[in-house]
Amino acid sequence: MTALLDRLGARAGAVAAVVGVGLCTGGLGGRPQPPPVVTVAIHHSRFVPDRLVLPAGRLVRIVVRNEDPIDHELVLGDLAVQARHEHGTDRVHHESGAVSVPADSTAATTWTLPRGQPAFFGCHLPGHWAYGMQGLVVPA
Amino acid sequence: MTHPNRRIAGTATAVAAALLGSITLLALFAGPASACAGLVTPSGNVKLVRTSTLAAWHAGVEHYVTSFTFSGQGEQFGAIVPLPAIPTTVERGGDWTLQRLARETNFQPASGAASAGGAVAGDSATVISQQKIDALEVTVLKGGGRAVGRWAKAHGFQLTPDTPEVLDFYAARSQIFMAARFDAAAAKERGQQAGEGTPVHITMPLANPWVPLRVLTTGRQGSDLISADVWLLTDKLPSLLPVPHDGVRLERVVQASPELLTDLRNDKGMGWMPKSMWLTHLDINEQAANLRYDLAVDATGAARPSAVLAGLEAPPPPVRPAPTTTPPPPTTVAPATTTEVPTTAAPPATIATARLTTSNRAPEGLTALAGALLGAIVATAVPGVRRRRRGRVVAAR
Repeated sequence: MTALLDRLGARAGAVAAVVGVGLCTGGLGGRPQPPPVVTVAIHHSRFVPDRLVLPAGRLVRIVVRNEDPIDHELVLGDLAVQARHEHGTDRVHHESGAVSVPADSTAATTWTLPRGQPAFFGCHLPGHWAYGMQGLVVPA
Repeated sequence: MTHPNRRIAGTATAVAAALLGSITLLALFAGPASACAGLVTPSGNVKLVRTSTLAAWHAGVEHYVTSFTFSGQGEQFGAIVPLPAIPTTVERGGDWTLQRLARETNFQPASGAASAGGAVAGDSATVISQQKIDALEVTVLKGGGRAVGRWAKAHGFQLTPDTPEVLDFYAARSQIFMAARFDAAAAKERGQQAGEGTPVHITMPLANPWVPLRVLTTGRQGSDLISADVWLLTDKLPSLLPVPHDGVRLERVVQASPELLTDLRNDKGMGWMPKSMWLTHLDINEQAANLRYDLAVDATGAARPSAVLAGLEAPPPPVRPAPTTTPPPPTTVAPATTTEVPTTAAPPATIATARLTTSNRAPEGLTALAGALLGAIVATAVPGVRRRRRGRVVAAR
């Protein structure tokens, strides 16, 4: 898995979704603003984009649109999180940073990129990570 | 090391010299394959071994005979097979056609297979026909890749992650699929043994024979070796796309012997065979990552196998209908405006119709081309329960 993730990190020119830091700040008058939203599509068992640029330390809402006729999931976190899910037993995810996305549907989760460490996202249904359902999260 | 192009040219030369005056086996050539897709049960105990397929073509009709054979102990297995046309018949194949062909070409076929599962409702694809052949439940479907994928999922097929792309790949060329589910319990009741195959004979009106190959890679790792035997029986010497190379060997192109034709004609459903046919045997041993094409055949003598059907070129975009809005009647006489609407289908994809002896296409190039141009398609299916490792369950007390 480490090798695969290394390759991910080495990808140059990958399409990236960027969420600006400015969008995450509170609104005028002190009213809390909803977290910024980034959308990730799944097509032919690939994440599009496969690189997310998110503000570290800020809550972000991630919408996942599954265009495939098969189920997928999106799990965000460091290598340890990815490894745990790859060998995990949970059938359905609805927690922060992990969401199940049934075929032909859209789902969302919220998550905060920790400061100072790389993160990844992937699908850990059987065979999906190995097939290439993985992406990189970098701080803005 | 011999350059692949030289090897192909050498093979071609040998074949041409030995067999024909001027063989026009066309460009790429690919292999065989049973229409089955390799699948695995949730427990991973069913493996696709080796597939064997006959694509016989006579008088505008393809007779496609493949055997669904499973090794392993799963309860239910299945496969989704792309078809180039709506079958006129799907029936149990004869008992010895594939075996007789194997004997003719000195090879004993093992098996081929896939897996599938449960059954629920909720289709988007159109069910054209359903029938049972021994322990196989066969459904012919019409629909796009997503629709067929949804149907398969709803009916308990566990689709591997590469399936959506494969389904789209084939649906771009033909939106006809055949889903076959093998019920191991029913097979056991029938006394079928593990490894025993069920031949299926599909009859389709087709301009030329066609054999899906890429579907064999479904559910397989890129480094997996896909092995298959494909036999062609055609009225005329066939032209093939893609051209033979290391992973796809042209083992034999000969006039079928009268003894072979007689034996085959006496098998179930094979009485249509004429007195003279060409026999072609292809041995496929290709890594899954490289098998991104199908076998297109021109059996008419025109030597123009379709690069689109081979999966080496994208199909032409659909013809858009002319605007349906009716313009208001002119109040003055204006010069007639002409809207260019194609009146005929797009011309067939232009391909390098190099003779086998002069082909300059490298297999690698073909593979890369296929990978670059095509989207993806067909699927293999497997039984329905989501495969997930289960850990210990600790109950709170």
